[in-house]
Amino acid sequence: MMKKYHYWIILVALIIVLILLPKPLIVSPTVSTTITVLLGLALVVVLVLTLRGHMIGRRTVFLFIGVSLTLPFFMNFRMPIKISPEVQTLYDAIAKLPPGSKVLAAFDYDPPSAPELQPQAEAFMAYAFKHDLKVIIMGLWPQGPQQANMAVAKVLRQPEIRAKNLRYGVDYVNLGFQSGNEFVIQRMGTSFSGMFPRDIYNTDYAAIPLLNGVENFSNIDFVFNLSSGYPGTVEWVQIAVDRYGVKVGAGNTAVQAPSVYPYLSSHKLTGLAGGMSGAAEFEKATKEIGKANTYILSQSFSHMVVIAFIIIGNAALMVSYRKPKQKGA
Amino acid sequence: MDRLKTLLFLTSVVILLCLPALSQTDTPLGLVGDAKPVIESPAGPPSVEAKDTKNDDGSAIDVSWQLSADDQRLVTKYQVLRSRSAAGPFEVAGETTKGQHTYTDNGVKVGDSYFYKIAAVYEIKSADSTSVTGKGESQVIGPIKPIAQWFNMRRLNVLFWLLVTCAAILFYIMQAKSGKELYVRKIAGIDAVDDAIGRATEMGRKVFFVPGIQDMDDVATIAAITILGRVARICATNDTMLDVPVSKSLVMVTARESVREAYSRVGRPDAFKEDQVHYVTDDQFGYAAAIDGMVMRDKPAAMFYMGGFFAEALILAETGNNAGAIQIAGTNQPAQIPFFVAACDYTLIGEELFAASAYLEREPRLLGSLKGQDFAKGLFLLAIFLLLILAMFGINWVTIMDVS
Amino acid sequence: MKREIPLIITFVAGVAFVLQYFIPHYPFSRFENIFSDWFAIVGAFAIWLGALSLIKLCLLNISKKSHDWPISLLIIVCFLSIVIAGAIDGFQGMNNTPATSFRDPGTNFDWLYQNVYTPLSSTMFAILAFFVASASYRAFRARNTAATLLLFSAFFVMIGRVPVGDYLSAWLPERMQLSHWANWLMAFPNTAGQRAVMIGIALGTVSTSLRIILGIERSHLEG
Repeated sequence: MMKKYHYWIILVALIIVLILLPKPLIVSPTVSTTITVLLGLALVVVLVLTLRGHMIGRRTVFLFIGVSLTLPFFMNFRMPIKISPEVQTLYDAIAKLPPGSKVLAAFDYDPPSAPELQPQAEAFMAYAFKHDLKVIIMGLWPQGPQQANMAVAKVLRQPEIRAKNLRYGVDYVNLGFQSGNEFVIQRMGTSFSGMFPRDIYNTDYAAIPLLNGVENFSNIDFVFNLSSGYPGTVEWVQIAVDRYGVKVGAGNTAVQAPSVYPYLSSHKLTGLAGGMSGAAEFEKATKEIGKANTYILSQSFSHMVVIAFIIIGNAALMVSYRKPKQKGA
Repeated sequence: MDRLKTLLFLTSVVILLCLPALSQTDTPLGLVGDAKPVIESPAGPPSVEAKDTKNDDGSAIDVSWQLSADDQRLVTKYQVLRSRSAAGPFEVAGETTKGQHTYTDNGVKVGDSYFYKIAAVYEIKSADSTSVTGKGESQVIGPIKPIAQWFNMRRLNVLFWLLVTCAAILFYIMQAKSGKELYVRKIAGIDAVDDAIGRATEMGRKVFFVPGIQDMDDVATIAAITILGRVARICATNDTMLDVPVSKSLVMVTARESVREAYSRVGRPDAFKEDQVHYVTDDQFGYAAAIDGMVMRDKPAAMFYMGGFFAEALILAETGNNAGAIQIAGTNQPAQIPFFVAACDYTLIGEELFAASAYLEREPRLLGSLKGQDFAKGLFLLAIFLLLILAMFGINWVTIMDVS
Repeated sequence: MKREIPLIITFVAGVAFVLQYFIPHYPFSRFENIFSDWFAIVGAFAIWLGALSLIKLCLLNISKKSHDWPISLLIIVCFLSIVIAGAIDGFQGMNNTPATSFRDPGTNFDWLYQNVYTPLSSTMFAILAFFVASASYRAFRARNTAATLLLFSAFFVMIGRVPVGDYLSAWLPERMQLSHWANWLMAFPNTAGQRAVMIGIALGTVSTSLRIILGIERSHLEG
């Protein structure tokens, strides 16, 4: 008989094996299809059990979600990604910028949101560097500029970008983090250097060639904000767009995205990439295919499983309605 | 030999004739002498205009110009040149990319006079990475004096609605003070507060109050602290343990004072312990993890989530649900309301959070402000309806109101 | 006086903020910056109050041997580790030429950030995926008309926001595909609902702010 800790040992051993694999394990399309069918059948079994009155607990839901999120990483499926209107608007705004345009990239998120936002950051950085846009990085979240550095380091390894010999301070600059939430945006409206007297490496604002002539938002052609909460896109729209008239496009986590839709339809926000699907669409639009295009398969599977559990939940509701009737009859 | 000389001469002539053709690359660059590039200068912008930026504190001047005739062919950028005198010297106030024809110069001082000209610049990098530029300048214009305004006309519409809302609120507050009975609709979530704490008392378990992850500069946190005062009073009366984990130091200080006062008010100052209100961490998910741990260990009977919440909302509410607590939530974050609705027993949606204190206190002046708020909302709805009808007839009132 | 002084400060600061929004002229233009600086300074001092409260509570738990005292010990160890790592890196960085920050890549602090803080935070955020599923399983049930509408909206948005939606509905005309339905739901009913809530919240904020500025609402100061 298996004891509880045996399951833990098996799980940990499995994780260690997967980590130690020299190459990512990818199974063939036939095996992938078989696994998908098996997962579907397992859900059907759960549905049948529920209809027979065996209610499932939340741990079963967690198990299915865990499996549906993990397995697609080893599958060889590609799904067509259609670009939504809001991502297309964002891409069009960035594509319209002529070479040499100054873009402010505000990294307002931290590591937990990185799976959704980091692919967007990397796609944006790669696109900007390839199209000679000058990128000024900043963060209203303490960890934001570090996430930006990680994205920059990654895209600089691309051969096409490496060949450009981009120089820090000339082609891109990281101003770092500044505390003060929306007040930082407010004060940047009058003076960037007032809020960021030095960059992340303690270089004086005036000594950075890229920032020569960059006084405030009127010297910025576009703001790209990556946000997972407060302060974030809402504050950028309410202050930078509304008060200073600069164009702002955004990438948001899926949790946050619905709350900025009102600004999208009123054209205050110039495009939005929401969550993992937005990230995959943005990668496709910029032709910078990265992690989001892989992760989206996991998301597709998990969404299907959640939908399956909503159906199972409603089956449970039907069963609960039926029971008293049977009692009465 | 002569033939060879003739051949050499003819070859040289052909090469010389071919040179201009060879040098016709995408950029109008020529090779002269020691290969230093000499480049063409674009035509300057034909006209320039500069005027004081409206609705500001006198720290900016708007400069606009007609694009150079060579904008698409040669120009790589425009330089905005500024001087205190027409004769110069001019300094670069800012730059724009080609195709752009406006610039707001924020480097000016109120009351001083300035002169401007615009340079259309063609810039390339030579082989040794040094920049080579060709410039075409416009005429000098000026003097322009930036002026500070005493009212921002773009915010006239905001002022109008603010005055209407405040007038309505103050009117109903005065009515309430004069003794008029005001009807306030039932809010199920607030009515359930007493029951939830009563349940905790019966079960002998704790009550958790989570005031969100925003600081004291957020109105939602202030509203949450107001509700906390009421919750603390009931807890103190019932002798139920109240635990308030907070994520901001200033919130801790304020919440502690509020709970202390509440205990004193019901005559039980000795029952208050400072550590009931304790700081956990500023970090969003660290805070969520800590509360989840406390909830799983202490199994509270009632949980209140009031204030500003983000992605941690569902993590907290699902854990509370799993622990079997009665949960009442209220937030001003529209994105988190669906999560609370899904996982909590009662949810105060948006404005209900702000109405809670008035509802709980039943103080006439507070109720009056609620009534005024509702009246203002009615006016808003009417305005939206009217604007909708106007929009259907092609009249865009928003652009008319935008006085810039 | 203990209660009057905070009320006076609130009134003066509140009125100053309102005025500076409408009056761009000096000195009003400087108000917001001045007040936000003050708030940042007060907040910076208050951080110590929070940290001391945390340490005090943990030490109390350890000395009393409360049921969760090992967790309190772990908190103190983690707290001290990160503070000491940051302090050592910070002091070393001050001696380097050019000066480096404790946040720079390669420092002990950065190592803890990358290898401890990042995975732990990501794990907490990832739990959301599981909780969304269990909450959906429990909440999206067709109990009445409103709940049924919510259920169908959830179905269309969830399936339409991922490529599998279009994969399954590829045989339908473009405007009938699931992604189109999801986009429509997000752009219109969602936006309409969000706007309604936002207008309510804005009015609630104005009303509460007015009550606080005028001193009518003072329960946050006195319980």
